[in-house]
Amino acid sequence: MNERQKNPAMNTQLRPSILAKRALPWAVPIALLIVWQWASSVGVLPSRFLPSPRAVVSSFIALSASGELWMHVRVSTLRALSGFVVGGGVGLMLGLLTASLNWAEILLDTTIQMVRNVPPLALIPLVILWFGIDESAKLFLVSLGVFFPVYINTFHGIRSVDRGLLEMGRTYGLSGWSLYREIILPGALPSILVGVRFSLGLMWVILIVAETISARSGIGYMTMNAREFMQTDVMVVGILLYAILGKLADLLAKGLERYWLRWNPAYQAAR
Amino acid sequence: MPVTFSSREIEAGERRWSRGVSVAIKNVSIAFGGRTVLENFDVEIPAGEFVAIVGRSGCGKSTLLRSVAGLETPQSGTIALGNVAEYVAGHNGEPDVRVMFQDSRLLPWRRVLPNVMLGLEPALIPQARKVLAQVGLGERANDWPATLSGGQRQRVALARALVHDPNLLLLDEPLGSLDALTRIEMQQLIEDVWRSRGFTAMLVTHDVAEAVSLADRVILIEGGRVALDEVVNIPRPRTRGSARFAALEERILDRVLQRRPVVEEPW
Repeated sequence: MNERQKNPAMNTQLRPSILAKRALPWAVPIALLIVWQWASSVGVLPSRFLPSPRAVVSSFIALSASGELWMHVRVSTLRALSGFVVGGGVGLMLGLLTASLNWAEILLDTTIQMVRNVPPLALIPLVILWFGIDESAKLFLVSLGVFFPVYINTFHGIRSVDRGLLEMGRTYGLSGWSLYREIILPGALPSILVGVRFSLGLMWVILIVAETISARSGIGYMTMNAREFMQTDVMVVGILLYAILGKLADLLAKGLERYWLRWNPAYQAAR
Repeated sequence: MPVTFSSREIEAGERRWSRGVSVAIKNVSIAFGGRTVLENFDVEIPAGEFVAIVGRSGCGKSTLLRSVAGLETPQSGTIALGNVAEYVAGHNGEPDVRVMFQDSRLLPWRRVLPNVMLGLEPALIPQARKVLAQVGLGERANDWPATLSGGQRQRVALARALVHDPNLLLLDEPLGSLDALTRIEMQQLIEDVWRSRGFTAMLVTHDVAEAVSLADRVILIEGGRVALDEVVNIPRPRTRGSARFAALEERILDRVLQRRPVVEEPW
């Protein structure tokens, strides 16, 4: 133990700097909030354009007290996650398949690349026609959207596994599944997780649009419904909810990276 | 007057009971994209011998080693490994060949001990720990490879090879990327391990001093053939400063660089 760690005075001096580090990312949002509240109170910002933060908070409290808010959040989250599981799962499987087997790449990759260039949201009219506006339409759109980032990054990850390590693995008797489990999958994992992170962002974007166009519940529906009645405070609550849910999804992805890639100095938690 | 043996003969005698296997490379030709790398290459390596292969970059020394490891397939010729001596415990006739590459090729997502354990049953953990301690990294068993220095990583790679108790160890410039001090330490370690275990060793290196200090025999490859096959008749442990060492190093280096040796003119 060195002198610095022994000295309690140094410790107490260090603590505020850690606190400042934690608080710093929130400085800009809080400053914006203060400016926003000030602009609303002096009347620079009329409430029919943007409600004051206080109005948003009180509307948030009212909506959550009635339980309406949580119902919408639950519905949206369920849609987002099930779409992510379906689309991400298929993307992962197909990515592993086309990257590992030459014939699968020849057979499937061209098709997948063509479909990839169609924006999922451009399919909305067709999707409404096929599925109506019930759950399967949203599930389809979200799945389609999250499929591609996972697929492409899985493919890329498998293909860029260090050949030296593969060669080494073979000289140590690894082949087939053991080579896959010990070297190919862990080697592709950083890239796969990049795909997952992209997908989680895209997941919300697509769901928001899908819900605002065709839905009878969910955050998007709540926001669009509020627009009909010019309830700007409810609209802002909906938008902020998306921001918070998106941030949560990103935190989840970061957590997975930190755990699964803890061997990689680039992903180790800052100390 | 008593019959005296050279140190090489004595060592070969000691190693007759070793676990090394002989290597017979006959008529091997390898070409990449029309460019011939090795042409009708012949070398015989007796069991337990330490052979260093030197030559300029691109002379085919690595290719030769990789063919012995089975990582390249020669267009023609044969590479035959001898049988494992019957007394060697646990042998199944099939010689165990391990490669140490220039880069350690540790799996970054496995900690040090699991890297050494690659391809082994969990029952061999004590054995792996023992070998790790032998290379001086017993304390680092639970660390990630990313936290090790280059020299330490090569030690782990050496331990990973040694835990299999190889009959033939192929070293493909394993010390090439290490600093001078670490390199000397590693040479010492490799020599000690080889002397205590008696496997056959083939070392590819561009460092003639390294070849002379470690090997029983130095082979120079040039134009795809053996250009020089020199027995190193210096007793171990060898000291780099000695006159014999320096003279031999100088002679091999001259040949590699194709410098004309300075000959005393008779007139």
